[in-house]
Amino acid sequence: MSNEKILLSRGDIIRYYTYRIILAGLVIIAVVWVALPFIMTILYALADPAQYYDPRVIIPTSYTLKHVNQLLILGAYQATINSVIVALITIGFSFLIGLPAGYAFARYRFRGKDSLKLFIVALRMFPMMVIAVPLLVLYFKLGLADTLIGIGLAHTSMALPFVILITSSIIAGVRVDYEEAAMVFGLSRIGAFFRVTLPLALPGLTAAAIFTFIMSWNEVFIAAVLSFQNRTLPAFILNLIAGSTDFIKFAGAFIMVIPALIFVFIAGKYLVRMWGITLK
Amino acid sequence: MTAKSGENIPLSIKISNYIPYLLLLPTLAYMLFFIGYPLVEGVALAFFDEQGHFTWANVNYLLYDPGSLFWDALKYTILLAAVIIPIQVSVAFGLALLFNAKFPGKNLALYTVILPLTISDVAAGLIWYVMLGQYGFFNKLLMDLGIISHPIIFFGIKNMEFLAIVMTEVWRATAIVFVIIFAGLQMISHEYYEAAEVFGATTWQRFRYIIFPLLLPSLQAALIIRTLFAFQIFGVVWTLAGRDIPVLAGEAYYAQTTLLRPGVAALYALIIAALSVSVGAIYIKFFKAKYLEAGM
Repeated sequence: MSNEKILLSRGDIIRYYTYRIILAGLVIIAVVWVALPFIMTILYALADPAQYYDPRVIIPTSYTLKHVNQLLILGAYQATINSVIVALITIGFSFLIGLPAGYAFARYRFRGKDSLKLFIVALRMFPMMVIAVPLLVLYFKLGLADTLIGIGLAHTSMALPFVILITSSIIAGVRVDYEEAAMVFGLSRIGAFFRVTLPLALPGLTAAAIFTFIMSWNEVFIAAVLSFQNRTLPAFILNLIAGSTDFIKFAGAFIMVIPALIFVFIAGKYLVRMWGITLK
Repeated sequence: MTAKSGENIPLSIKISNYIPYLLLLPTLAYMLFFIGYPLVEGVALAFFDEQGHFTWANVNYLLYDPGSLFWDALKYTILLAAVIIPIQVSVAFGLALLFNAKFPGKNLALYTVILPLTISDVAAGLIWYVMLGQYGFFNKLLMDLGIISHPIIFFGIKNMEFLAIVMTEVWRATAIVFVIIFAGLQMISHEYYEAAEVFGATTWQRFRYIIFPLLLPSLQAALIIRTLFAFQIFGVVWTLAGRDIPVLAGEAYYAQTTLLRPGVAALYALIIAALSVSVGAIYIKFFKAKYLEAGM
């Protein structure tokens, strides 16, 4: 009788387990809803056609790389390389230009700071696809039409507002005391940045680079407008799929999905935080 | 955040006040060249001919040419946004509340739920083509279970394509809304919940008077971002329905790459920009008013 206060009543226990079961059920539904299309895409892209066209076979058991290989030979291989190059160009330029701006926002107080920051925040939501068509006219004059660097430069303008906001948030997270201490001990401001702040901010900046990579990797409208031969992967697939067989479409989805899976399992934790920062 | 970082700024830095402008200069120059100039050039493309004379040709094409799908595109772009966004926001909100609870395997579940954020809209379209095709997963599953006897045809039929686009967009972009709301939810201090517990608040009261008001800014941010992105919907529609379901961005792409009329494409792009800017302005005005009402 003495420990009756600690004991839960039967009703409480039932309520607790009902709650846990409902919670588990909802989580499972959410996970299956998101994951199932990925899994089925991978399975169907690799499925033997005979099994795919058999209505009784829901989950194929015999697999072939034929269609993925076919798509790679058709140009997806080159397009994948192009996509990587464009994304790297985008990372390079957007960090070269955006990092100083992010540093300025994190470490300085200056007149017009709030309005400038608001401008960057607003720009982040501006539909960047708008620049694609006019940019092509300019690119023809500059000889940048249908070049990877041209697409990279356009993607940079898309990624720049995000990079500025992320880097500013990351740098603000590195304590300014460290930087000051380094300066007291004789480093210049630039030296302090490169030898103290940058190493401390590196994990965050790496995540920001992955974020930028994904942005560029996934962008299709600008890339498709600015290129005719040297296409990035999504632009290549977009042009190819009209009138192609189901299997080529599946293979296209497969090739585009695999990097995403790798990214999330490498950098999932950082990516969640990153989206938290940029989308707020 | 501005105020907080201001406190940490040492005096030595505050004195040299031209440096921040120097640091921002590359950004501003880049934006001017890659966003400002194309916007001006876009207006030139849309409203001036090659000799530099003002012309209504592109506008006339958009409004009167029998091949132009402008009104349909406008209708479908807005209709898709109106159908998709409420579903996304409510699902994401529920999901965020769900993930606020503790359960085993939470991280794995979280990463899975955000997976669609990392893929392009073209990929998302193709993935749902796999799911909904005549020999797709859903049709086979439902037929095997005996729920249907013939496959449900999604592609080639307008209303079904619309449905497929809605499903794909809900699947793909709910994650964006979820991440924003989830981030907001995690920033709510546990002290509020504890206080509520001390005062014996019910679950509903906790939701109504703590979670909801504190989450409102995140919800609004999610709503703005989602709406503006919705006007740019392209990859999913193009892969699943082509021009069966015309949308503004799709028509811009079509005008540019098939019609070879950059003037028309530029005009479509400007319409998307105008739509985004005006809706963004309305949202901000509306929300500001709300903030003032609440005395914030």
